[in-house]
Amino acid sequence: MPVSETFAVPPRLVPSNRAAAVFRPATLAGIRRETATMSTFRFAVPDWSGHLPGQHVMVRLTAADGYTAQRHYSLASTPGDTGHIELTVDRVPGGEVSGHLHTVAKPGDTVEIKGPLGGFFAWPGDRPALLLGGGSGVVPLMSMLRHRRETGSKVPLRLIISVRTRESLPYAGEFGPETTVVTTRTAGRLHAGHLASALAERPEGGWEAYVCGSNGFAEHASRLLVAAGQPRDRVRIERFG
Amino acid sequence: MIRRVGWLAVIVTRGFRSRGADRDPRLPPGQYDAGQAWPVLSAEVTPELTATDWTLRIDGLVTTPRTWTWDEAHALPRSEYRGDIHCVTGWSRFGTWFAGVDLDEFLTTASPLPEATHVLARSHTGYTTNLPLAELRSGRAWIAWEADGLPLTPEHGGPARLLVPGRYFWKSAKWITGLRLLDHDEPGFWEHNGYHNEGDPWHEERYAGE
Repeated sequence: MPVSETFAVPPRLVPSNRAAAVFRPATLAGIRRETATMSTFRFAVPDWSGHLPGQHVMVRLTAADGYTAQRHYSLASTPGDTGHIELTVDRVPGGEVSGHLHTVAKPGDTVEIKGPLGGFFAWPGDRPALLLGGGSGVVPLMSMLRHRRETGSKVPLRLIISVRTRESLPYAGEFGPETTVVTTRTAGRLHAGHLASALAERPEGGWEAYVCGSNGFAEHASRLLVAAGQPRDRVRIERFG
Repeated sequence: MIRRVGWLAVIVTRGFRSRGADRDPRLPPGQYDAGQAWPVLSAEVTPELTATDWTLRIDGLVTTPRTWTWDEAHALPRSEYRGDIHCVTGWSRFGTWFAGVDLDEFLTTASPLPEATHVLARSHTGYTTNLPLAELRSGRAWIAWEADGLPLTPEHGGPARLLVPGRYFWKSAKWITGLRLLDHDEPGFWEHNGYHNEGDPWHEERYAGE
């Protein structure tokens, strides 16, 4: 490749972390089952200062002896959901925090939340957005899709989701014609053909691409995008370890 | 439930069970042991950078600005780091084994001027991150091209990355191409994007404002 120093994806916004840098109480208000392994946890955070779609929070659990565990989770809800946030959490085998949320937590419980965090993957709703999600990587992208709908925005948005089966697709019933679902067990891995029609649209100003999922998915999907002509500096990636 | 630990009010999560007794003293606060897993975290598309394309330049406030090719860098004395690494997203990995060259080898040749206090490291992708010069000297930083006995993969920063195990790993710039020595501190990519300027895991310096 021609090595240059211009590849770095420019930041979208510089978040103010003054409010974000403190933990505050969040009360579990409800749990919604999404798939066999994913549930959405709705929290009341009365002094929530709002967020941008694509941002995440840190959740901290504290045991009686003061021991803590904390993990990052993407926000699934929109900025318009005042005083509440929703996190869709995949249950990780042996997962200390996700395991607690899935098996022990019940409405009325209190955890602590720090955020919103991460301005890099945020979508303020200004540019045409091409969203590629693998598995639970769809969560921050769902916040973007919901935000666009809620605000009645006409900014072009396309969502391509790669899941093993239809049953492992969260947010059933919420997707519209902007969304393409690729079920890898039957249709095979995401390939250039799945991206072709969205990339051919060429909206004014070009697509800002957002890729979220496991590292394997993120590597594969981002390479497909670049090979199809999407500029490297217009690809934002969020990888799950 | 709000419980007092000393004079601090702590919110206890009902039903959350302590693993405190099992907690490894090698874990900085707020981190968990990733075991053998080595998660990949970078916000950009992985560059297709070969050893032939790779160069390392040291410039700025130095007596002798210099660029090393892959072969020139490999002709320097080999040095290893065996120890722990810590990512700001929460995972730590114990006993990781890196090989490459101690950064002092490069710095000594370039010869920093007395007024140099900080360094801005940059990647072949344009990614940048800042560090105090002192954090990179005296055997505390490496240019690494092997991990656990194998060539560093592109996803982990191959062919070569900066290694600064004393800081969260976003400071260990992947695909390192240069270090510029400065007489002032200049925030890099994540430092502009909400991360803490210093990134010391033992002080849990994750985000700006902490």
